[in-house]
Amino acid sequence: MSIEEILNRYEPRMENILLILHDLQDAKPDQYLSNEDMTKVAEYLRLPVSKVYETATFYGLFSTEPRGKYIIRVCVSTPCHVEGSPKIIETLKEILGIVPGETTEDGLFTLEEVSCLGICGVAPAMIINEEAFGNLTPERVKEIIENLREREELR
Amino acid sequence: MIVRSHILVGIDASSILAGARDVMQELIKELNRRNLQDEVMVLETGSLGSSSDGVVIIVYPEGTMYRNVTTGDVPVIVEEHILKGRPVKRLMMSPTAPGIVVKEPTKFDISKQPRIVLKNVGLINPDSIEEYIAVGGYEALGKAVLGMKPQDVIQEVKNSGLRGRGGAGFPTGLKWEFASKSKGTPKYLLCNADEGEPGTFKDRLILEGDPHKVIEGMIITGYAIGASKGYIYIRGEYELSIERIEKALSQAREYGFLGENIFGTGFNFDIVVKKGAGAYVCGEETALIESLEGKRGEPRFKPPYPTDAGLWGKPTVINNVETLANVPSIIQNGADWFRSFGTEKSPGTKVYTILGHITNAGLIEVPMGVTLREIIYGYGGGMRTGRAFKIAQVGGTAGALLGEDAIDVPMDFDSLKPLNATLGSGAILIMDDSTCIVDVLSSVMTFFKKESCGKCTPCRVGTDKLYKLISEINTGNPDVVDKLLEIATYMQQTSFCALGQSPIMPIASAIKYFKDEIIEHTYGVCRTGRCYFENVPEGLSLAV
Repeated sequence: MSIEEILNRYEPRMENILLILHDLQDAKPDQYLSNEDMTKVAEYLRLPVSKVYETATFYGLFSTEPRGKYIIRVCVSTPCHVEGSPKIIETLKEILGIVPGETTEDGLFTLEEVSCLGICGVAPAMIINEEAFGNLTPERVKEIIENLREREELR
Repeated sequence: MIVRSHILVGIDASSILAGARDVMQELIKELNRRNLQDEVMVLETGSLGSSSDGVVIIVYPEGTMYRNVTTGDVPVIVEEHILKGRPVKRLMMSPTAPGIVVKEPTKFDISKQPRIVLKNVGLINPDSIEEYIAVGGYEALGKAVLGMKPQDVIQEVKNSGLRGRGGAGFPTGLKWEFASKSKGTPKYLLCNADEGEPGTFKDRLILEGDPHKVIEGMIITGYAIGASKGYIYIRGEYELSIERIEKALSQAREYGFLGENIFGTGFNFDIVVKKGAGAYVCGEETALIESLEGKRGEPRFKPPYPTDAGLWGKPTVINNVETLANVPSIIQNGADWFRSFGTEKSPGTKVYTILGHITNAGLIEVPMGVTLREIIYGYGGGMRTGRAFKIAQVGGTAGALLGEDAIDVPMDFDSLKPLNATLGSGAILIMDDSTCIVDVLSSVMTFFKKESCGKCTPCRVGTDKLYKLISEINTGNPDVVDKLLEIATYMQQTSFCALGQSPIMPIASAIKYFKDEIIEHTYGVCRTGRCYFENVPEGLSLAV
């Protein structure tokens, strides 16, 4: 879907900016907002580009840098922390070879540390793109990442 | 043919990841295979209260509850329970859990909880407005718009003593009255569903389990304050909540409960869903307004309060999901009925999420005023790990860290004040004695540092300084305790919003209950062995 088609789903009012940015980002395989996206949004909403940029960079779910096909968001808030999220982060750093905030060289995975995801009943928890995973252990994390890698190799 | 059994499958974000949708499909398949599809009905419902038990299903009329159900268990359940009438003991909930016939129910069972907010959660299909209507849904709306003046509705809620369930505990009826009397037009109603306080997922389960109740509460509130437009601001991560609320809204429009000329009275009201984008501070009401307007979610200076100048400068009421979900029952049953629950100054019930090292992690709704001890050892079923209780963090990450001495405190807005604690969001994180208080504090400070929006200096700089003090605690300087208190106190006095004003709560309480343990860390000693210090001063070893 083109940028214009996404923009036209919403009335050109500033209050729709978050919904528009969500849709634009979701539509891209590398899951980020490019300068072109933000410029088009600014034109559509009749705002300075700086205004769109300052909004986009405020919110944790948006990125202005290209990201991997799979964004791994690991909760590091206290309920997950006391149930072992530090070990989950360590495991992911080790098997992906990146630190939080980075993307693997093959463009498959981005690792992010995030605040509470609201699924604390199954802490420690993480979300990969839209799919949630709970009651994590280092072994389970390895398995999940291996499955994703295998799925990609089959393509 | 008459349906002889109903099987309810709890479908919420936690159970979906344990395979609830697959189990449901498998149940339908298995029943079809045995030609039982006309006798047994499989229904989708919201959370069944337990989030640590995987896929949970209930078989009615017996009310037998099974947990950790996998697709592989489905043939056994159908064969043994449905066909032969023999419940599958292996999968049944422990006797302290709800719905089990093994033993007389205790007062801590789900069936004994006085449910107002969660009354329908886990009982009706959240995707069906007909089921909501069948259990009395939208009757309160009819009663309000057909039989009561807006000021009568406000008076009833004022009489009920309902206080905001988002954390601050402000009297709801009073807030409505301020907005109602405020001069500006139009007026707006915002439902705050930007649930971001760590450990909290009550609003998610209310929205996923009974979306119509929140919508009905909003329409009644809109009528009371004279608003014709409402917004629900849901955090972007809550995909299922957004999906269910959107569906419920379109059903309510079809039935004429939303839109123009509701019940032929000339009252117009509609609701728009807005999606957040991952910023904790947007749960603060003025930051939420900024975000709704399409800006960075930075809080505004108060006063003016939103009831005078909120969304686009117009009078605006902002209520939490749980607060709004209380409204239909209050209108339906009256203020006196509501006051029969809870305490005099905090009437009604409270929904808590209990988690951590506890046996029954999940959601409970209990009267205001039950003690923390009852929540931990009664409803929570005690410590899961078999170790001793050590810390309870009450009200989310911005809440107080209470020790053993404090657990007989009644949980309501006023009783917690002398302990410098608040109910906050209703999250209760229970930790056992393997937990290190400094490790917990460091995670709390990481959170504040990460989520500070940066608008005001005390919070932006203060959260960073607190984090550094905690992470560099083993410098042999016992003054760190005073320094932590000093900075957090300045932040409380000078920060713009609740985010920067909050760190004092976990810090002061941690120092009150666990001072020795914190001071030990300044010498490089961790009694739990959780913190591994490289430079342990000579002559000291790790005490356990």
